[in-house]
Amino acid sequence: MKSNSRRGFMGKAFGAVAGIGAIGSLYAMKKSWDPLPSVKAAGFTTLDMSAYNENELVTEKWRGKPIFVLKLNADMLKAMKSKKNDMDRLIKVDGSHYMVTIGLCTHLGCIPGYDPDETSFLCACHGGMYDASGDVTKAPPPRGLDIPPFKIDGTKLVLGEEGSEYKAMKENGITL
Amino acid sequence: MAHFTKATSVKDWFDQRLAVEKVEKVMMSEYWIPKNINFLWAMGMVLVITFALLLVSGIFLLMYYQPNVNLAFDSVNYTIMREVDFGWLWRHVHGVAASVVFLIIYIHMFTGIYYGSYKKGREMIWISGMLLFVAFSAEAFSGYMLPWGQMSYWAGMVITNLFAGGSLHADGLVEWIRGDYVPAQAFLTRFFMLHVLLIPLAIMGLIGLHFAALRIPHVNNQDGEEIDFDVESEKYLAGKKAESKVMRFANDFMAKDMMVVGIYLVFFFYLVFYNYGFAMDPVNFDPADGLKTPAHIYPEWYFLWSYEILRPFDTDTGLIAFAFAQVIFVLLPFLDRSPNTVPANRRGLFAVWFWVMLVNMIVLTAMGKLPPAGIFSTIGLVSAILFIVMWIALPFITKFEKKV
Repeated sequence: MKSNSRRGFMGKAFGAVAGIGAIGSLYAMKKSWDPLPSVKAAGFTTLDMSAYNENELVTEKWRGKPIFVLKLNADMLKAMKSKKNDMDRLIKVDGSHYMVTIGLCTHLGCIPGYDPDETSFLCACHGGMYDASGDVTKAPPPRGLDIPPFKIDGTKLVLGEEGSEYKAMKENGITL
Repeated sequence: MAHFTKATSVKDWFDQRLAVEKVEKVMMSEYWIPKNINFLWAMGMVLVITFALLLVSGIFLLMYYQPNVNLAFDSVNYTIMREVDFGWLWRHVHGVAASVVFLIIYIHMFTGIYYGSYKKGREMIWISGMLLFVAFSAEAFSGYMLPWGQMSYWAGMVITNLFAGGSLHADGLVEWIRGDYVPAQAFLTRFFMLHVLLIPLAIMGLIGLHFAALRIPHVNNQDGEEIDFDVESEKYLAGKKAESKVMRFANDFMAKDMMVVGIYLVFFFYLVFYNYGFAMDPVNFDPADGLKTPAHIYPEWYFLWSYEILRPFDTDTGLIAFAFAQVIFVLLPFLDRSPNTVPANRRGLFAVWFWVMLVNMIVLTAMGKLPPAGIFSTIGLVSAILFIVMWIALPFITKFEKKV
């Protein structure tokens, strides 16, 4: 049989070398498509939480996505006290409560608008609604607004880093 | 070593070195085409010409286009459209051809389905053709990103999001495809590369395969008749042209082919000069903005039917239905269990299947364009379910088909 001949051996030796080369190149190609270090480094946004006013929605930007930041006032908190799920969604920094979410409707990714009088969000695309904690109150969205990974750092909030509060939210199924 | 003699003519000089006469015979004058065909058999040549138009117009666009998120929009809408002499011509030819090529592909596909041109040794023609459809779809999508308008950006966002696989939440894969968390510079440059190099290379390779797949089984004919090409071509070469069932590819078949191409080109350039608007979405004349979603995100008309199969279901079911719709056409030669290779109208239930499928895909296309509300949403859902059910029913319908 050919497999015993020198040609057979040389064929197999070449196959082995080429195979290793092919795997190596595939690895290099995969890595070349990865997001660049500069893109990843720009994936963190630090927010100074003391700068926000109560019941005034501010849209920040993190990883190219809109981020809703809403500082809750005493009335809003009072109305929310009975709803544990809503309270769990809030982020407490320096004694104040904030709603910090990715500002994209979880239905098809449109950007909902905020009504400060009703303290609720309405998505114009398909009529989905959310309350001031970002929890869904009217379908079609399948879940509340997603919460970005965050870490509390004194009076600052670092988006893109997973702090213990965020990990707890994730474990409890508050956000994805 | 081969023996060369002093050339008697330029043609002879080339013939000795490149066997041009033999090549001409194999490719043209002794490549046999059945006589029993109609104008629908010219769609292949129409597609070749359209691809050539895309290539030439693309080369000129490539000279001024800038694949940079800050410059792309203006390089198309200002530099090419206003500064470059006849820049508008290349852009409108490219845009119109990209849209019309799908119309011809669909006609070509449904012609193949109607006449059973995917059976009895012609399976590889069908499969390579469907691979071409996939490659053209990828080419169309990647090209749609390049003007970097609102529709480019949001179509890029939505389509790449599909790769998250619904509840699988494979966000890492999506970010890998984009090279960023959202469509940005890395995304634009890599889709530019795909559009101008990698996918066109794949398309050209697949066109070669598609043609090669034709050589052995030959082109089908209007009755699905099995022709003995050796016998018939002998007759033709012996001078009994009227008796023979076949003719030369060139110039016999080509003469009529190019006639159809001529009529097509009149229609094509009418669109380019007077009615190019359908290929230019107004929303895409706003520059890309990641913080502002357009009210309705919809694909170009040729993707609407599969978009409508995705849309009426919840995310996961929709994705499965969508994936089903994307691959099912490839399997046609194996799902059709009937031994008959004849036009659909002689195949009993299959004739019904064919026409209902064709109409249903037109309905899906229309519903995909309309906002998903009220009655349209219901029609869309029914059509999407019907599409899936019909494909599942196909092996059973054809299995019990009578032999003709």
